[in-house]
Amino acid sequence: MSQATLVVDPAESPLTPESWGKLGMWVFLAGDAMSFGALLAGYGAIRAGSVDWPVPAEVLGISLTAFMTFLLICTSLTMVKGLSAIKRGDQKGMITFLGLTILGGVIFLGCQAFEWTHLIHEGLKFTSNPYGNYLFGTTFFAITGFHGAHVTAGVIYLTVVVIRGLRGKYSAENCNGVEILGLYWHFVDLVWILVFTFLYLI
Amino acid sequence: MSDHKEPNYIGVFYLLAALTALEVGVIFVPIAKLIIAIALIGMALVKAALVALYFMHLKFEKRTLGIIALTPLILCTLLIVSLLPDLTGTTRESKHKETAQVENVEQVAEPGDSANE
Repeated sequence: MSQATLVVDPAESPLTPESWGKLGMWVFLAGDAMSFGALLAGYGAIRAGSVDWPVPAEVLGISLTAFMTFLLICTSLTMVKGLSAIKRGDQKGMITFLGLTILGGVIFLGCQAFEWTHLIHEGLKFTSNPYGNYLFGTTFFAITGFHGAHVTAGVIYLTVVVIRGLRGKYSAENCNGVEILGLYWHFVDLVWILVFTFLYLI
Repeated sequence: MSDHKEPNYIGVFYLLAALTALEVGVIFVPIAKLIIAIALIGMALVKAALVALYFMHLKFEKRTLGIIALTPLILCTLLIVSLLPDLTGTTRESKHKETAQVENVEQVAEPGDSANE
């Protein structure tokens, strides 16, 4: 450790050693962002080339998804509040706020399950769409499904961190794990902001 | 790691919530669809930037992380640019119209053809 500090000039080192996890998460998120970017670009290309694309706001309904968007923004807030709690050394506060974040994530997934069920009952499926181009269903389920999988993974990740938090693994000096979790969760929120705009509003 | 002053998270949250309300509102405004789309994309990018800069602390990080975070944005822009030739060419709409026109022509031509025969 001390050797490394001697060799690496602090002015040139991109990140401090305790942030390697953070760097790793950012690299992962950049790759993940490309997955979503490719999906959304493909969606745009298919939609631009289609003549009978339905108006998403009319078919999908946006009141529920507007609420879901608001909910994810709220969970981002509880996430940063959880991080600032542990930075103050407040373990109970962190667990409360992360618990609220989990709750928000689970409600989000519940809303999405409800929405999917409703749409499938109306006839919108992965390969068929009563309102026009069948690719509307394909892209909708592929992209919201991919995002929903990320939320599910986020809820599991949050649960793991809360369990570790209950065991007292985090403190004001050792809260890197919570910060990295926060990066992932905010990214899921960020992606939903774009998905909401491109799939529902435009 | 946390040598910066904690940003005003509640303020960012209110901004995000207000922009979301604005986004939902703007789609009902009776103006050109293109203007609405541009406004929506603009607002979404502002929201995404707010989340990345403040919630993900990118504003307070070293430049390396910023470069990593910007890479997918640049690559996605390139991807969209490379997709554009496919979109500006013959779209399915114009193809559809052409076939419809051809069908009409055939229908019109049919009596004449039979008369010639």
